[in-house]
Parts: sequence; structure tokens; C-alpha cells
Amino acid sequence: MAKIIIPTPLRKFTGNASTFETKGNTVKEAIGELVHSHPNLSRHILDDQNNIRSFIRVYLGENDINELEKEETSVLDNETISIVPAIAGGIA
Amino acid sequence: MKNSKISISEEALIIMQEDSRKAFPNECCGFMYGNEKDDRFIDLAIPVNNSKVGDQRRRFEISPFDYMKAEQYAIKNETQLLGVYHSHPNHPAIASETDRSKAMPYFSYVIISILDGKIDDVKSWKLKEETRIFEEEEVSILENHVV
Repeated sequence: MAKIIIPTPLRKFTGNASTFETKGNTVKEAIGELVHSHPNLSRHILDDQNNIRSFIRVYLGENDINELEKEETSVLDNETISIVPAIAGGIA
Repeated sequence: MKNSKISISEEALIIMQEDSRKAFPNECCGFMYGNEKDDRFIDLAIPVNNSKVGDQRRRFEISPFDYMKAEQYAIKNETQLLGVYHSHPNHPAIASETDRSKAMPYFSYVIISILDGKIDDVKSWKLKEETRIFEEEEVSILENHVV
């Protein structure tokens, strides 16, 4: 099975689990399984059209899925998907 | 309701302060790791590149790739990624509207004020998810902490 790493700020929606195991064959299926198991996580990752939110990036291994086949990217057993929130700020 | 508390080891604080001096007059940034029971304890700070394209004297940004590696580091080393720090060059350690609007809930956002290259103040902020208001955390520094 593949593994999804949940970013720390969203773990309150997964009962503090840091990872989620998935049988999804694509990134879309894998994230679908994740939000099905943890429905409160959905609005933080997906928009109203069930697309990944603009401020969330997803990596498969060390590759941004935007540089692969986006949500249709195939996921193999033992691969790791990372959900990455945008982190920024500053004085003005 | 009492504000949350965050303890920072002296070693972690020194790393954040050194990073702030080194980056001045630009903003620095980095990850903070530790553990949490009732209160939050930071025992490790790791600087990361400020990837903001544009004026780094007023803004910081952490690349998604660096963030992805930071979460992997936490799992591998059985610690927790509990927040990020950044500096405010020639500006108070008060969270700005930019900080607030881009903040994630749960994380601690430590801000180091550095005036003319000298460390002036350290504060920590945490976003309340329901109201999206930043609350100041009570910061204590633990000296001679043995990791």
C-alpha cells in the first residue's frame, strides 16, 4: 500500500495520525480515500469541486504532482504522497 | 481562557537568533521541532532557505519541497513539526496581517525582532482556527536543556 503523510496542522482531523495507508491507484483516488475516512479533513484539502485547493501542494515521493500528471498521477505500492500547505508571512 | 504556553530550549533559540542575524536585513525562516503534552516544547530549530521571490526584507516563504522534507524529517526522527520561525528586521515581534492571513492553525509562529542587526525580542503566535485571530503564546526559555 502507498502512504500519505498528513501535515502536522491537519492531524487534528485524522485523530493525530501522521500517516494514512491507501490502496488508491492514482493521487486522486488516494486523497479520495483519505477524505472518505476523515471527512472533516476534506474542506482543508479540496474545494467545492473536489479539486485540490490552490494553497495545497501534493508530492509523490520528491516530485510535485504538477510536474507529473497532476491528480491522475499513478501511485505504486510503497510510494509516499505528501500533502503540503503553503507557509509564508512577513512584516508587510 | 488562558493563552497556550511554549517552551523553547536555549539551543534552539540560539539557532533562530543566529539565523536572524545572518539574514539581516532580510527575513530568515526555519522549522521548529519538539513535542507536546499539555504545553508545547521546542528542542530543535532548523533554518531553511527564504524562497520568497522579491523583497525578502519584508516577506518570507518556505518552498513546498522544503516543507515536504521537513515533515519527512519529523517522522524519521520521531519528533513533531510544531511550527515555523521567522525574523522581523527593524520591526517588532508582532504578527502582521500578512502573517495572520497566511497562517495555518495549530502551528506556533515564533517571530524574532532584530533591530539594526541586534536581537530585540522574541514572541510566539498561534492562530485560533474558529476566529482566525492570532493569539500570543506565553514563551519560556529553558536553559541547559539536555536533548
